[in-house]
Amino acid sequence: MVDIPRGPTPPQIIPDTVPPDYMPPPAEVKEVELYHAHSWITKYVFCQDAKIIALQYAGTALAIGFVALVLSWLMRLQLGFPGLLAFIDVNVYYQFITIHGMVMVIYLITAIFLGGFGNYLIPLMLGARDMAFPYLNMLSYWVYLLAVLMLVASFFAPGGPTGAGWTLYPPQAILSGTPGGQQSGILLMLISLILFVAGFTMGGLNYVVTVLQGRTRGMTLMRMPLTVWGIFTATVMALLAFPALFVACVMMLFDRLLGTSFFMPSLVEMGQHLKYGGGSPILFQHLFWFFGHPEVYIVALPAFGIVSDLISTHARKNIFGYRMMVWAIIAIGALSFVVWAHHMYVSGMNPAFGFFFAVTTLIIAIPTAIKVYNWVLTLWRGNIHLTIPMLFAIGFIVTFVNGGLTGLFLGNVVVDVPLSDTMFVVAHFHMVMGVAPILVIFGAIYHWYPKITGRMMNEAMGQVHFWVTFAGAYLIFFPMHYLGLLGVPRRYYEMGETAFVPPSAHTLNEFITVMALIVGAAQILFVFNLLWSLRYGRDAGPNPWQATTLEWQTPQTPPGHGNWGKELPAVYRWAYDYSVPGAPEDFIPQNQPPQRAATQASLQPAPGE
Amino acid sequence: MKIVVLLLLIAVGSVLFHLVSPWYWTPIASNWEYIDHTITITFWITGVVFTAIVLFVAYCVYRFRYKPEQRAHYEPENRRLEGWLTLVTAIGVVAMLAPGLIVWHQFVTVPKDASAFEVVGQQWQWSYRYPGKDGKLGAADIKHITDENPLGLIAEDPHGQDDVIIQGDDLKVPLGKPVKVLLRSVDVLHDFYVPEFRSKMDMIPGMVTYFWFTPTRTGTFDVLCAELCGQGHAYMRSKVVVVPEAEFHAWLDQQPTFAQLQQTAPAKIRQAAK
Ligand code: HEM
Ligand SMILES: [Cu+2]
Ligand SMILES: [Cu+2]
Repeated sequence: MVDIPRGPTPPQIIPDTVPPDYMPPPAEVKEVELYHAHSWITKYVFCQDAKIIALQYAGTALAIGFVALVLSWLMRLQLGFPGLLAFIDVNVYYQFITIHGMVMVIYLITAIFLGGFGNYLIPLMLGARDMAFPYLNMLSYWVYLLAVLMLVASFFAPGGPTGAGWTLYPPQAILSGTPGGQQSGILLMLISLILFVAGFTMGGLNYVVTVLQGRTRGMTLMRMPLTVWGIFTATVMALLAFPALFVACVMMLFDRLLGTSFFMPSLVEMGQHLKYGGGSPILFQHLFWFFGHPEVYIVALPAFGIVSDLISTHARKNIFGYRMMVWAIIAIGALSFVVWAHHMYVSGMNPAFGFFFAVTTLIIAIPTAIKVYNWVLTLWRGNIHLTIPMLFAIGFIVTFVNGGLTGLFLGNVVVDVPLSDTMFVVAHFHMVMGVAPILVIFGAIYHWYPKITGRMMNEAMGQVHFWVTFAGAYLIFFPMHYLGLLGVPRRYYEMGETAFVPPSAHTLNEFITVMALIVGAAQILFVFNLLWSLRYGRDAGPNPWQATTLEWQTPQTPPGHGNWGKELPAVYRWAYDYSVPGAPEDFIPQNQPPQRAATQASLQPAPGE
Repeated sequence: MKIVVLLLLIAVGSVLFHLVSPWYWTPIASNWEYIDHTITITFWITGVVFTAIVLFVAYCVYRFRYKPEQRAHYEPENRRLEGWLTLVTAIGVVAMLAPGLIVWHQFVTVPKDASAFEVVGQQWQWSYRYPGKDGKLGAADIKHITDENPLGLIAEDPHGQDDVIIQGDDLKVPLGKPVKVLLRSVDVLHDFYVPEFRSKMDMIPGMVTYFWFTPTRTGTFDVLCAELCGQGHAYMRSKVVVVPEAEFHAWLDQQPTFAQLQQTAPAKIRQAAK
């Protein structure tokens, strides 16, 4: 190509390569009619700027996530040292499990990926001034906050929060044998979920429309960074999957309050014939998992996208097989709507379904494996900077591969029979949708913090945080699989006496608990680092990682209201022009016109040539 | 470089842990050793893949770590390589899925000669019911449950009269005979789970679910509930005893039938009321 006069010509596979005589069209959008905040309240509280909304989302998610973390400590203390904390009785334990699981999956990870990173990165990475519907975007956050507050309120309601498990299976979820079932716990949970879905839908429509309509000149779909692809696909999936959860919640609410029987067969509770009759508990499970399985990928796909960009940037190498990566994301997104019943192999549904869902589930393994290969092949012949984001990305690869592979056990219907509902499942999903995405969230925070604040996060604290979190989490969850293989069931307040669990397993339980406490403590250091670096962090400059994507090319750091100066940036290349042969530097920003690269390259010989 | 050492430790340590740690499955007591074989195959395939990928990452980080004079290679795509990797993955997936589906087919195909018995779950205890001399379980329905008739047998069904009901005692099954376990619940979801049998299935009020197995060794095994069913979930325990067939029949013959219980029960209840 003309922009690179010397060195091997890059293969002709970059989509939409710019013709040599390409001149950028004039900036069509000079200044969008953005809402301009006038008071402190509209600037920082009821704010319509996606960047502030992103921080509100992320801050709220991290705060409630900390509650879930503390709950995991308490649960682990009960499992490792039963009876140590007298206030954790059976009811409290099940309430903790439920709220921990629900918060981690929905109110923390989903919210921070889509509401947090989605809001911050989509407009900036695509060269837009803001989201398509800023007002709706603001509303989305406030409804989400309300959902979180409802959830918190259930701790203070009579009877406490629900203890039905995060799956909320009826009939038990709304009966008296389950904590919160006949009190307000389950009601607050259902209302909170309904609000969450409503709030998410407002945000989600925004992300989709912005990606489709708000891209700047030259930003074709196949030039978008994989981060945006991941968040975009996850959002589309969430818009299709959350309605199933929504209706399930509404129907259960009716069953509980109005005496309908959507999910309630006739049953005898504690010798009492209840008035319900004719409903199907399995119907709820289908609705729940029609949402629940895509949910796994709703948290995984943004992580996939972000980690691709982290690896590429910090290894100074283009992501390997970009187009394959995009198609894999889309394939995974589509396939994940036809695998939901792999969570129901032993639910008592027609066993013939097992054949279908085992096949679809194992087929998903193929595009997923491709993504893993492409990440590790991106490292191959790279120039790997072991920065904190890169370390977290490596941690992600290890934990994700581990958790993905154990998924092949559980997806393979007959192997799932002995393992389902055991600690093997707990270990598996923590590895794949707990630890792995959380490592990406950490990596992403270290990566984008300089853009958000203008300062670098402290490196030494980051190192400690990474080592303890990664090694510790692996030590917690890897051995846990073997407890499940032994047959230890999940959601057990205590194991008690059994013939098949050797006493040594208890030592392992104590070890896991100690590790969980240590890993949790490391997160306090992380929060401290977040605050400390705000003030004392090293000055970052506009583009500390020398990255190509648009958010690093803003005229101001942190980006101002409207993100760009007078003119929106124009995009001339894909997001991964790292170490292009012949180019003067080892990265070419997406908005750098071809001509300029050519002149510069002809003036100064590229190093290493 | 610490990360390279850590990655090596993870690869080697995970394999060693798998091989030498004392925690592995409990010795099997049913015909489902096929399931164990499939797990073993899956462990092999996934173990190789995991170790290979972690070692590859470790090598890359070691070999291609940042050097100021170094530049990354520029190669956006390599269709051949991607094609090959996809193919090899697909083969690995088939190698795991095929045996899995074959065994699943066996798992859901109950042999004709399997004898049936019933397990009924209830917050938070287990009850069992065997067909009597006629070899048939009588019909039951939740609507018919009363204090005297806790499993809701329908009195009009003659098949039910000779059924044997066990409450608050161990389940007994004959050695070496295929049995079909019919599962019912009177209140909420439960799950009948015996780790040594390698099988489990949810129980749903209003439905009859099932699975089958053949006990292959005598002994006493724990029965657990594997579906969160409320406060008592972890305490919903029982025992299953596998005994030689003759012993099983001798035991069963001594148990009172439903009809006998119905006659004595009202008397007992009247007594308790006094
Ligand atoms: C160090 C971090 C963590 C620890 C120590 C931890 C610990 C636990 C424990 C002890 C349980 C109960 C297991 C049982 O059923 O007996 C549990 C359940 C669960 N955890 Fe975590 N967890 C952690 C992080 C996470 C994360 C990041 C997620 C996000 C996906 C997560 C999601 C869940 C879910 C969905 C459940 C199931 C709840 C249920 O059974 O209803 N956890 N966790
Ligand atoms: Cu799933
Ligand atoms: Cu239970």
